[in-house]
Amino acid sequence: MLRYAGKRAILAVLVALTVSFAAFLLLSVATDPAAAIAGEGAEPEVIEQIREQLGLNQPLLAQYGHWLSAISHGDLGTSYYWRQPVSTLILDHLPVTLTLALAATFVALIVAIPLGTIAALYPNSTIDRFALTLAVSAQATPTFWLALMLIILLGVIVPIFPISGDATGWNYVLPAIVLGAHSVPAIMRLTRVGVLDVMGSDYIRTARAKGLYGYRLLSRQVMRNALLPVVSVLAVQLGHKLGGSVITESVFAMNGLGRFALQSIVGGDIPTVQMLVVLFALTFIGLTLLADLLNAWLDPRLRLT
Amino acid sequence: MAMQDTDLTVKAAAAEASADTPLDAPVRRLDSWREMLRHPGIVIGLAILLTLFALAIFAPLIAPYDPFDQQLSRRLLPPFWVEGGNPAYLFGTDHLGRDYLSRLLYGARISLLIGFGAAGIGCLLGVTLGVCAGYFGGVVDRVVSFLLTCQLALPGLLLAMALVFLIGPSVTVVICVIGLLHWSYYLVVTRAATQKIRDLEYVAAARAIGSNERQIMISEILPNLLSEIIVIFSLEVGVAVLAEAALSFLGVGIQPPTPSWGLMIAEGKTSVFLRPWLIILPGIFIFLLVLAANLVGDGLRDMMSKKSGR
Repeated sequence: MLRYAGKRAILAVLVALTVSFAAFLLLSVATDPAAAIAGEGAEPEVIEQIREQLGLNQPLLAQYGHWLSAISHGDLGTSYYWRQPVSTLILDHLPVTLTLALAATFVALIVAIPLGTIAALYPNSTIDRFALTLAVSAQATPTFWLALMLIILLGVIVPIFPISGDATGWNYVLPAIVLGAHSVPAIMRLTRVGVLDVMGSDYIRTARAKGLYGYRLLSRQVMRNALLPVVSVLAVQLGHKLGGSVITESVFAMNGLGRFALQSIVGGDIPTVQMLVVLFALTFIGLTLLADLLNAWLDPRLRLT
Repeated sequence: MAMQDTDLTVKAAAAEASADTPLDAPVRRLDSWREMLRHPGIVIGLAILLTLFALAIFAPLIAPYDPFDQQLSRRLLPPFWVEGGNPAYLFGTDHLGRDYLSRLLYGARISLLIGFGAAGIGCLLGVTLGVCAGYFGGVVDRVVSFLLTCQLALPGLLLAMALVFLIGPSVTVVICVIGLLHWSYYLVVTRAATQKIRDLEYVAAARAIGSNERQIMISEILPNLLSEIIVIFSLEVGVAVLAEAALSFLGVGIQPPTPSWGLMIAEGKTSVFLRPWLIILPGIFIFLLVLAANLVGDGLRDMMSKKSGR
């Protein structure tokens, strides 16, 4: 187990380095940060001065080196658009996104797992078809459109929930449904396939033969095995939720990292955007590493790969 | 749903793909049209897709007005079924007095172009990487798998937003950026399929008669991956359409005055309570297009897995 964990951790570090380099390179090449800071119609001398000030005239690799060493010392730079340290800005916006991501994951789980399980227990039944239709429709619905429809329905026609801001817990209800709905299809299908697979296996037949039925069979034998793949997908989904919060937070005017990222992009604040991309990527890498280790701990067979 | 979503977490997709379609029967062709036309999902999906294609191609003939023509005296007319609607403007007009139906029809061009264009670029990249990784194995495989892990870790929507906006939003840029960020699903599936095929006898036979690696990959392996590739392609069209809609909605994709469905929803957002149809109508079009692409993809996958004996 320790050997496996070590190997996975080294891989995660390599991925993190590559990804941070990719984020740095892509966004540095895509545009001229100095011109973006100087604003439209700035004199060439001014742009040149900014370039020199920020070290943007050095080779890219050298810039990346400086950037990385600054990050490793905990210095995430200062945003020239927001005129504040990036670390402060991120910490300010983090709680909203984190709460939203966790709430959305919770919503996704309480919908997807029961539905997937029931669908698998009664294949081709009405409820199976309903679940499938729901998954297919959910996959085809744009997140921002669902958000607006919910605002019209539950915010205005039947005003139950607040539709904008992040002041109270109630503000999180609609956004959590919207953001959660998008991972329902994936988790539900996986649960369904998992349960179907397990139900057809020999050891379930044995358990049945021994007289284990109903809820006890389900909880003791089926779910434990069927949900194994869901663990890794959940980590992936939670990681995506952070990045995916852009749309939801924008529609519901929530002051989280996603909306902050959008504002930084539109403001041409490249260093902040770079940092956010890296932050989301690192979170994702951390979560998948955690899920892999958890899976390996639950299922020793995986440690061999 | 939208793009994050769309990133459907390739892990889930891969798990699903392996669960749904065991790649143990490598030669599976979708040769029978008749069989396809008996699958309700495929029929419905194809019907919607063909209709939208027809609307997009013949938009100049069907559209009652120029989609860019502003009639400020006729701003924000409701559609014909709402009180005050004008039958001359079936779906009403937008905030600049442009005919909504005409803009929706021209919007189909943008969505289809970006959907198929981006899915095509992703396909080229993903299939190339996947076939190479599966065929050569060893170091190549390890490098490609590492690339895949990195790609999955990047926040796709955020990066797409930043790149499109910073490079300068245009249809071409949107197609390229979305395409370049969506090749992982192709890679996962073609890699696994190639690994199964490369050890088959007919590949050995091709090698024995003197085919080189490139010939084997292109004329022996690739044709047998076609069914898998078509399945992923149609699913990825849906993903790309949603991605474009999200980018345009957030203001960092297609820019006004181009008629893009996502952008139209953003423009109607300010009067969401007074004139919900401005949002509902383009949303329905996006939904139908993505649904059709998914129905075709899911249906074909269904058929393939049945053929392989499940």
